[in-house]
Amino acid sequence: MHVAIIGNGIAGITCARWLRKLDDGVRITVISDESNFFFSRTALMYVYMGHQRWEDLQPYEPFFWRKNRIDLRRGYVESIDPAAATLAFTGGESLHYDKLVLATGSRWNTFGWPGQDLRRVGGLVSIQDLEGLEEVTPEIKRAVVVGGGLIGIELAEMLHSRHIPVTLLVREGSYWSNTLPREESEMVSRHIVRHGIGLRHDTELAEIHGDDTRSATAITTTAGEKIACQYVGLTAGVRPSVDFLRDTPGLEIGKGILVDEYLRTSAPNVFAIGDCAEVRNPRPGRKAIEAVWYTGRMMGETAAYTILGRPVAYDPGIWFNSAKFIDIEYQVYGEVPAHGREGLATLYWEHPDGEKSVRINYEENGGAVRGFNLMGVRYRQEVCEKWIRGEAHIESVLQTLGLANFDPEFYAQYEADIVSLYNRQTGSNLQLKQKRGLDAVLRFLNFKTRAPRAISTPDVR
Amino acid sequence: MSDKRTHKTVLQYVGLGLFAISLVIFTAMLGLDNYRFDAEMLTAPFDSEVHQEALRQAAEENGLFEQTYATTFSGMSALQETFRDAQRIVNADIDANGVPEGKQRWEVELPDWQFKSQRVTWLKAAATGPVERNPWLWFCLTIGLGTLGGILYMIPKFRGHAGIKNDHIYHSSLTRGLHYDWRDLFLWGAVIGIIVYGFWYMDKQWFWPAVSLLITAVIVCLVFFVEKSRGRNIRDAGPDTLSAYFGILAGIYFMFFYVLLYWANQHVVAWVEMVDPLSRMLSGGEASQWFLYGLMYTLIILVMGVRMFAKYRHNKYQLLRTGSVMFFQTAFAFLIPEILVALNKPWYDFKDIWPLNYDFFFGWQLDQFQSAGAIGIFMLVWGILLIIVGVPLMVHFLGKRWYCSWVCGCGGLAETMGDPWRQLSDKSLRAWKFERWIIHGVLVAAIVMTAMTLYTYFTGANEILGLQTGNVQQWYGFLIGAGFAGVVGTGFYPLMGNRVWCRFGCPLAAYLGLVQRFQSRFRITTNGGQCISCGNCSTYCEMGIDVRAYAQKGQDIVRASCVGCGVCAAVCPRGVLRLENSGVDAGYRTVPERVIHVSEEEGVRLVNA
Repeated sequence: MHVAIIGNGIAGITCARWLRKLDDGVRITVISDESNFFFSRTALMYVYMGHQRWEDLQPYEPFFWRKNRIDLRRGYVESIDPAAATLAFTGGESLHYDKLVLATGSRWNTFGWPGQDLRRVGGLVSIQDLEGLEEVTPEIKRAVVVGGGLIGIELAEMLHSRHIPVTLLVREGSYWSNTLPREESEMVSRHIVRHGIGLRHDTELAEIHGDDTRSATAITTTAGEKIACQYVGLTAGVRPSVDFLRDTPGLEIGKGILVDEYLRTSAPNVFAIGDCAEVRNPRPGRKAIEAVWYTGRMMGETAAYTILGRPVAYDPGIWFNSAKFIDIEYQVYGEVPAHGREGLATLYWEHPDGEKSVRINYEENGGAVRGFNLMGVRYRQEVCEKWIRGEAHIESVLQTLGLANFDPEFYAQYEADIVSLYNRQTGSNLQLKQKRGLDAVLRFLNFKTRAPRAISTPDVR
Repeated sequence: MSDKRTHKTVLQYVGLGLFAISLVIFTAMLGLDNYRFDAEMLTAPFDSEVHQEALRQAAEENGLFEQTYATTFSGMSALQETFRDAQRIVNADIDANGVPEGKQRWEVELPDWQFKSQRVTWLKAAATGPVERNPWLWFCLTIGLGTLGGILYMIPKFRGHAGIKNDHIYHSSLTRGLHYDWRDLFLWGAVIGIIVYGFWYMDKQWFWPAVSLLITAVIVCLVFFVEKSRGRNIRDAGPDTLSAYFGILAGIYFMFFYVLLYWANQHVVAWVEMVDPLSRMLSGGEASQWFLYGLMYTLIILVMGVRMFAKYRHNKYQLLRTGSVMFFQTAFAFLIPEILVALNKPWYDFKDIWPLNYDFFFGWQLDQFQSAGAIGIFMLVWGILLIIVGVPLMVHFLGKRWYCSWVCGCGGLAETMGDPWRQLSDKSLRAWKFERWIIHGVLVAAIVMTAMTLYTYFTGANEILGLQTGNVQQWYGFLIGAGFAGVVGTGFYPLMGNRVWCRFGCPLAAYLGLVQRFQSRFRITTNGGQCISCGNCSTYCEMGIDVRAYAQKGQDIVRASCVGCGVCAAVCPRGVLRLENSGVDAGYRTVPERVIHVSEEEGVRLVNA
């Protein structure tokens, strides 16, 4: 069997790796127009800032691919023909497949802004975006970044590292407030300002102005303010990169490529995973498109089973994500809605320095723990997941909260403060019984006696 | 304007300027003094009147006393000529008059080693000029000014928001490193150069240099052909050009410094003179090049330790660890030994452990311990207890980090002065293979050498299987103790990262590592499935461990080489890594498990990829 995978990002590569792990005989071709080797897209910023070299972003040494018989092919697929099971490359070549995996990823959003196609305007998704930015950097005296999301703050940090004054336009009243709860969102906004990055809340882009070389020179906001700048970063989210597939016969496309619970598209023998896939019936509380590293990885693994005839339904498990907002690390586990939910109580503790916080969400009725949101404090994913999955009671969680702490040794432990905050707010009298430490964690996780952490099982054939 | 470097304050430029001036003076001062010899200083080290007379006669014939020598080089060659003539005079005297009653010929000859051991004393006594007249002034202009410049440069780094400060490391010509091809060229140049020089060092005996070259070839063949690393592309990273010119210059300077210090200390008498007064204050004795080295070493760890405090001020683990190496270097490696000397006890570093401290069991050292009374016996017992109890026990509970990144002097230098270059360690599988052969090879060499030493000490036999114990000791000291640990180990900081010696060479690290690998509670745990494979952990691992390879699979990490510096956990932007100790068998968690999403219970066949 020949499996062709379009896209060498985390989803496509994970799928290829699992295909090889599960089946020695399958022929695997991974096609990319972007780069020769798989790299960590989330780390592109570190190359620009001089933390790492481009090669350091490649998680596998070059010999890995030959050793695992994963053929890497550099090329651009112009169209696919599901009926004939062939791919057509730019330049006229074609490739036959038995199974096809679409893992084409995302591209940055544009909203029809005047001037969005000018030079020195762009997002940050691909290698080529980064190279383009590097190329124009010497021309930039000021920059504007549009969009208060994860890539927006990264791009602002990148430009800031090159000593370029940056203004970050955020549509909402504080940073990423459609995802982060208010306190955390405001914390990040404060942090951005502390770093000397200009932050404009409640501000949207109206127009980008250019000069006679068709290069950006300024923007106008919807409020009518004109800001001179030689670079405009467009980071108002991403959308599935599926335009070249729109006319494919039999392939249903919404915002992304529509897939069923087995990640199968409407075309025969064609699968879609990662950022480009739109799940028809997402699980409760989940989005149809989740452009996140971790879900891409899970989809890649899941699809490999199904492709090899061991169907596994895609189950992304308990939501988790992480990021870093300049110097503040962020981790989230479970249900942490930006604006709360009816019946969902929240315990929010913030360090006096205003750059660390812990939020624990739980049911008002019954006290079942639902979610954790961490800023500047590290918690253990496995422990939080176990609490959430087992609907542990908030008070039992608080008393053993040290189990979750994953901060480095000697760091101050705030669990006792969190417990006493809860006591103050509820009039309880809980004591922290468990401090940080691996022994207790492994006991708690029933380590050695429990089944693997895996959360999906192949369906019985 | 955009800029690919960190911006510096005026104070930092002043600091850099002062440091640069001090470095120029430090280098140039070696040529400042003149050297004038007289008969008294020339003959003082010799008891035999025959020798004294021969030296005096030879010196007069050569006009040694009339000349003023402007450099150590001209002074040395004149001394050498005089000494050779004196040898000839002595030999002619013996030939004419016969060997005196009851003596062997070698007892009355003027041996070559006398020249080697006296040349520095002679040059130091002969020095005359600005440094000799004003040692404190030169001390202030070099070491003092350099320290001041360093501090001024570091202080402003405490401003701004605390957090990971790695901006522009790969943009800087000091820290961006070399393409592996270029690095290999420098490395092979240094290795071959040292071994070939060893031929002269061993008085033109080719045996040990040849054996060393052979072992080098065997290791290369093992890695390339037996372990099949040849022809495998490694994750090769630029820069393609030799743009790391400041790094290359720094590396070459370090290498020359070590070559002078170890093998040509007659040319650094000006440096030693300059620290003489300080040495007299501390221990009452004259300074040697080792006193100078210890002083500079300590000051560098202190100043660059302040830099670490600034860089990692948000990270308590790093602060404590850095404070610890600064303390152990200052107190244990520098002050306490000098105080011991002042009290007429043996110089002893209580934290130095065999086999890093490879001459611990040398005959002269054992004799010294035994002749120093109760404290000498304590030193001997303490040193042995550290080897057989301290190391296994501490590594069992804490991992080898308790020593390598909290106590050790080599580790202290690597973690402070070497920190700007930690990213240059080679992460390839090939490098790991080299590492395992070389470091365990050095451990075996140290054990064999010490076994021969003890055999010789207790039996009095100088030879085992036709091999001279003394030669083995001398060659080990030359090749491993000086060449590997110093010239390559530190000289290659800016070219191969700051742990070249610790990773590839240190026999104690090998010993600690074996305990850590098989019998320790220490491991680095990964936080579930949160790794984004960004590579920061691997890039900043000074030991060249491909941390990401484990983290992205959700594997806990147990590696013999990990020194537990904690930087991987610090630079991780997703909070994935944590250094931990636990009694629960690490073996269970070092299987890739926690990013696996689909259950294997259905009996999935896992191909061993």
